[in-house]
Amino acid sequence: MQPPEQRDEVEMLSLMLLIRRFEERASQQYQAQKIGGFCHLYIGQEAVVVGAVAAARPDDYLITAYRDHGHSLARGTSANACMAELFGKATGCSRGLGGSMHFFDKEHHMYGGHAIVGAHVPLAAGMAFASRYRDEDRVTLCFFGDGAINQGAVHEAMNLAGLYKLPLVFICENNLFAMGTSVERSTSLKELVERAEGYNIPGTVIDGMNFREVRDKLAEIIDSIRQDPHPAFAEIRTYRYRGHSMSDPASYRTKEQLEKFRGDDPITRLRAQLTREEKLTNEQFDTIDKKAKETALASVKFAEESAEPPVEKLYDYTYVNGSAS
Amino acid sequence: MREITYRQALNEALAEELARDPNVFLMGEEVAEYNGAYKVSQGLLERFGPKRIIDTPISENGFAGMGVGAAMVGLRPIIEFMTFSFSFVAFDQVVNNAPNMLTMSGGQFNIPITFRGPNGPAHQLGATHSHATECLYANVPGLKICTPATPRDAKGLLKTAIRDNNPVLVLEAELLYSSKGMVEPEDFELLIPLGQAELKREGSDVTIICYAQTVPMALAAAAILENDEEISAEVLDLRSIKPLDLEAILKSVSKTHRVVIVEQDRPFCGVGAEVCYRIQKEIFDALDAPIMRVAQEDVPMPYNERLEKAVLPSAEKLIAAVKKVCYT
Repeated sequence: MQPPEQRDEVEMLSLMLLIRRFEERASQQYQAQKIGGFCHLYIGQEAVVVGAVAAARPDDYLITAYRDHGHSLARGTSANACMAELFGKATGCSRGLGGSMHFFDKEHHMYGGHAIVGAHVPLAAGMAFASRYRDEDRVTLCFFGDGAINQGAVHEAMNLAGLYKLPLVFICENNLFAMGTSVERSTSLKELVERAEGYNIPGTVIDGMNFREVRDKLAEIIDSIRQDPHPAFAEIRTYRYRGHSMSDPASYRTKEQLEKFRGDDPITRLRAQLTREEKLTNEQFDTIDKKAKETALASVKFAEESAEPPVEKLYDYTYVNGSAS
Repeated sequence: MREITYRQALNEALAEELARDPNVFLMGEEVAEYNGAYKVSQGLLERFGPKRIIDTPISENGFAGMGVGAAMVGLRPIIEFMTFSFSFVAFDQVVNNAPNMLTMSGGQFNIPITFRGPNGPAHQLGATHSHATECLYANVPGLKICTPATPRDAKGLLKTAIRDNNPVLVLEAELLYSSKGMVEPEDFELLIPLGQAELKREGSDVTIICYAQTVPMALAAAAILENDEEISAEVLDLRSIKPLDLEAILKSVSKTHRVVIVEQDRPFCGVGAEVCYRIQKEIFDALDAPIMRVAQEDVPMPYNERLEKAVLPSAEKLIAAVKKVCYT
């Protein structure tokens, strides 16, 4: 396994670009009514999950909330399988049965895609518990938003993780708004990271618009957990450029705030860092961006041409056959 | 065969499955050092150690969710609710996470978890602690539900539930923990399939369909009906609510042509409502009388002993219903 500092940063930049171009296509396809239900885009937050994936091992457990397209792509699910899922097709990463909010990919250790706010955080504690139970050195990465911080399930999971010393990183992607409610209108604390203290869990604040800071600080946390299992809490400050979902014009926030974060764009920032260090030319950037756009566009074609899940198999996924051998 | 209590039968099932499969663990409130609020897990901590028998804080949502997460990555958790009335605190985990995961993930993640604990009205515990939860959970696709009434069924069904690859609720009968019954010796592998009802008494005039705490009630009523009314009642114990053994139900009703369903839950959308629908849909012409149901009264459980008795199904209410369908 490559240590984080050796993971190719250009490759990580490509991943961030892929997520962005994929989400732009998803937005377009949603407006064209090719995608049903709710659709929550990750644009602006790419450095969080890509930084985390760069810091973790591919076999570390990863679980997240409903804004999950980026997490699946970062973990290695193909853009085709992701777009096909949005289209509700049998070739989707959840066979078209999950939808935007329920992406799963067992092969790539992506454990969902969970749409009840905070309800997956105890699941993460259970996955981390399993690692301890089997004496594995896997770490569980559990992503959730600032909106989840006031859910009982999250508090219970944090207490259990602290109590049982579970190898689990609580990654709070603080994008300042729980749907339309700002942190100051929802939370009694000013700093979300302070919640960790109450459970005897070490907490860190990370600039989520800075890929390198996310990667390096999470790598340090993950490394210390691998040495000696314990939970940790990372409040990663980030921003979503789009509304909460496709139907949200985001009128609860100012244009100035959006522009401020756009000015600090994580992709632009990593590109500038790499260019300055002569690790990336403009031509190379254009090439990887073009490739990301092509991959996203091709995923739409793939999704369109894929078959619907068969109605005859409607009952095939309610129960699984068999029992423990 | 030897005679043991329902409690001991459950304890044996847990111990045997813990010994058999290192992926099985038991987690819940007071299951370890306290030996279980109802002593079902007596001695398991001593035998299997704190890694396998895990005390939790009072956080049902948290530890039920931990069970689901551990099951996603290959363990086989047994989650004890001190009573199923407390499972409502974890309703989201039991209803939204455990049974939905297989579908939501397109078949990638099955959840081999057992939720178990006492269920159903006990004695003067009042409204919050007296819930019969089977009808609520039976409404959820993806869950399996069994309701053992005898020590033998308790052992055989719990062992099967733990080995099942789906989420299974083992709803134990709180009032029957100390009841005794004959069970095969410990070295006998007792597995009772889910979805298989059992005739607890043969009869010819009427079928009494029951489960859990209403099984001994039905057997007592059947004995009285035989003696006092010369009515021969067949007693069919569902044992599992989901899957439901429709075949056994139809077979018995086709023979007797009369049915009373006695259930411990509430009447509105209760288990009996579904059973009743299925019978009339499949064999309407076999019925010689309308199907009767004896369930709780549709009120929150009162504490007062006399009122509680008025709310609950009873042998007397059952006998009256049987006489009604037999037109005597």
